[in-house]
Amino acid sequence: MINLLAFNIPFISIFVLMITAFITPLLPLKKRLPEKFSCCVIGFTAILSLYLLYSLTNSGQSLTFNFPMGHFPAPWGNELRAGPLEAVLSFFFCAAMFLSLTGNFSSTAEDISPARRQIFCVLVNLLTASLLALTYTNDLFTAYVFIEINTIAACAIVVVKEGASTVRAALRYLIMSLVGSGLVMIAICLLYDLTGHLLMQNMHGAIKVLMITKEYTMPLTVSLALITVGLGIKSALYPFASWLPDAHGTSTNASSAILSGLVLKGHIFALIKIYYRVFGLDVIHFLRMDTVIFILGIIAMIMGSIHALKQSNIKRMIAWSSVAQVGYIFLGIGLNTAAGIAAACLHIIVHACVKPMLFTAAGGLSTAAGHKKNLHALMGTFYINRWAGLGLIAGACSMMGIPAFAGFASKLSLTLASFDNPFIVWALAALAASSVLNALYYVPAVIVILTKNKDAVLETHEQPTLLYKISMFVFLALNFYLGLFCMPLLRLITRGVNVL
Amino acid sequence: MNKELKLIWKKFFNWVLGNGPRPENEVIPVEPPPDLPFSQRPNDKYSRFHEATLKERYNQWLEIHGLHIFSILYSALSILTCVVIVCLLLATVAELPPFGHERNPANNEVIRRYVEHGGHETGAQNIVAGLILDYRAFDTFGESSVLFTAACSVLMMLGKSRRNRIKTHQPKLKIPAHNLNDEPILRGIASFSIPAILMLGCVVVINGHLTPGGGFSGGAILSTALILAANAYGSQRVHQFFNERTFVILSSTALMIYALSKGYSFFTGANLFHSIIPKGTVGNILSAGLILPLNICVGLIVAGTLYTFYSLFNKGDL
Repeated sequence: MINLLAFNIPFISIFVLMITAFITPLLPLKKRLPEKFSCCVIGFTAILSLYLLYSLTNSGQSLTFNFPMGHFPAPWGNELRAGPLEAVLSFFFCAAMFLSLTGNFSSTAEDISPARRQIFCVLVNLLTASLLALTYTNDLFTAYVFIEINTIAACAIVVVKEGASTVRAALRYLIMSLVGSGLVMIAICLLYDLTGHLLMQNMHGAIKVLMITKEYTMPLTVSLALITVGLGIKSALYPFASWLPDAHGTSTNASSAILSGLVLKGHIFALIKIYYRVFGLDVIHFLRMDTVIFILGIIAMIMGSIHALKQSNIKRMIAWSSVAQVGYIFLGIGLNTAAGIAAACLHIIVHACVKPMLFTAAGGLSTAAGHKKNLHALMGTFYINRWAGLGLIAGACSMMGIPAFAGFASKLSLTLASFDNPFIVWALAALAASSVLNALYYVPAVIVILTKNKDAVLETHEQPTLLYKISMFVFLALNFYLGLFCMPLLRLITRGVNVL
Repeated sequence: MNKELKLIWKKFFNWVLGNGPRPENEVIPVEPPPDLPFSQRPNDKYSRFHEATLKERYNQWLEIHGLHIFSILYSALSILTCVVIVCLLLATVAELPPFGHERNPANNEVIRRYVEHGGHETGAQNIVAGLILDYRAFDTFGESSVLFTAACSVLMMLGKSRRNRIKTHQPKLKIPAHNLNDEPILRGIASFSIPAILMLGCVVVINGHLTPGGGFSGGAILSTALILAANAYGSQRVHQFFNERTFVILSSTALMIYALSKGYSFFTGANLFHSIIPKGTVGNILSAGLILPLNICVGLIVAGTLYTFYSLFNKGDL
């Protein structure tokens, strides 16, 4: 049995973040107090999640527990559920959120006015709370409520930086995202009508019975398709990703890092939970949704990279690369095996660490180039902000899948997981092609920043702040940790998937 | 008859296109908007960009970009997609279990316990209130936070910080000032209906655990009283006691009370500790444990948020 503190951690971390969000608007603006306060709280929840992970792995045989929200047991009241996978993900979500905020602490101040920064903190706290709630929830309707919070907060942190382009991007994002929410809502209504439950394992039981009696197959297929499309829009699966480059490319660096690294992942993990815990892998296979996801994942891997090749703005390039990386994750889900889902979860973690690092690095480099985001303008910026340069190089190597960098670990596990799939040739070809395409746009960017610029005298020589250097160092350390020592983590994730 | 129908259709069509009637004394700025969504400046024909309707702006955009075939294809495809999705969803609904049938999957042990034991387990006479604020209070907490999130986002976009910035470099639209003394009917009716509406709202909120209603519906009623007051007596009067700062303090405090009290309840429930919250006698006004204070919190948040939305979208300030 785990101890009392660890048992309460899922509840405590969600509530502490929510209460922080409600206190933040009342804090004075002096000395950037709201931001420091919310950063500290997010760091604190990261430590709590780590402690939960530690006590879950040392608890003996029972790896998971359910936390009833209130005095009523599960099918009547709400319930949270924690296992190793949930704990690992919430630790990495909180840690990446913390590092994205601290790494971009100074660039946030340049982009946003103090009054708006205060509300930005409120939204970031709500976003973190909703990510944790999506990770821990065991109830489909709770998941929907927190998807709503996530949607609104995510659109608002795009528009926190003033300007016509961010408003336009946020509007596109909002419209697409609301379509996604609507589809998910319809699907949940249909599922409730068919199963009579909202608790995941009870729905799973009812769906199993429906599959045996062959009743209601058509509504079940439609609701599965609606949920996939709805969450696919929110997690930027390729044909539905048209909102992503604008939203991630125009917003402030901290928002881009959070949106690309975390918001997409929360929805993907919700989808994994619905697939695995509500429908079950055999039902997914029977309804042919795994093949659809697999094909869409492959298309996303290729098309995201091709779009990224066309970009001249570094942030838009990194944003399109996210589409390709989401494709990898969906490829893993589409393999429809426990190993595939474990590989997808590992890639979620890897991308949640690498993409914020890339955005933070790109922000540092463009500040060094005098706030220009064009790739040509970044020439020689490595020598002005070496930490940002190192971050971009490490991130690029990771995205290409060079051994010892984080991306290698997840690509390797995806490859290994695809061996018992009949479409292995397609998966391997797509992985290879996508890696080459990644190299085609990341290597030129690295070469540009490493080329010494002799003609132009760069007028800005402001050094990166200490906080920036520390955050970048932690990002790099996480990157190498994931690349070199991923096997214990992968074992942990596999155990987590097995008890999911 | 036919003519009238045509007139109504034309009005509706104009409304859809955004060609609504404009106030006569609205002053339209002469200069083009500072940030056009295209690379080129509009030519002389469109110098009065502010006056163009949505349809005209769309046509102008098409003209500049030369996308006529694309636009036709786009409309055709979007209509086709909509039709397909509508048919698919209707076919799905036809396949669902019959509505209201007693052997439906939804009529299971979950609903039975809510209906049969809801009263004495939550202390609430109104089963729906017991359901949303006690059995599934976490979801309702999330819903109230959705309102808070939305209000914060709208405040951030349209609130004070933005107004101060805009003053410097955007032409001011002259909003026609109503002479409030010219509207004796509105003021007369408002003077006796506002107290009645406020009373009704309070009754709906406070009796939420006894009769149909509760925080969400009562809060909406309360906000209509505020909106009516702002229309009849001028928004300045309302802003004397309800401005941006009051709203933020009000909703933050209400949500904090919600989070702390319900957090205590969740904590004791999950850890099987003894909870000090009394259930009371079913049917009394002081019963049902936390439902009454939570209803009041939700009511305050809903009323504040709805009035804030109205005020920000209508007049652009709060």
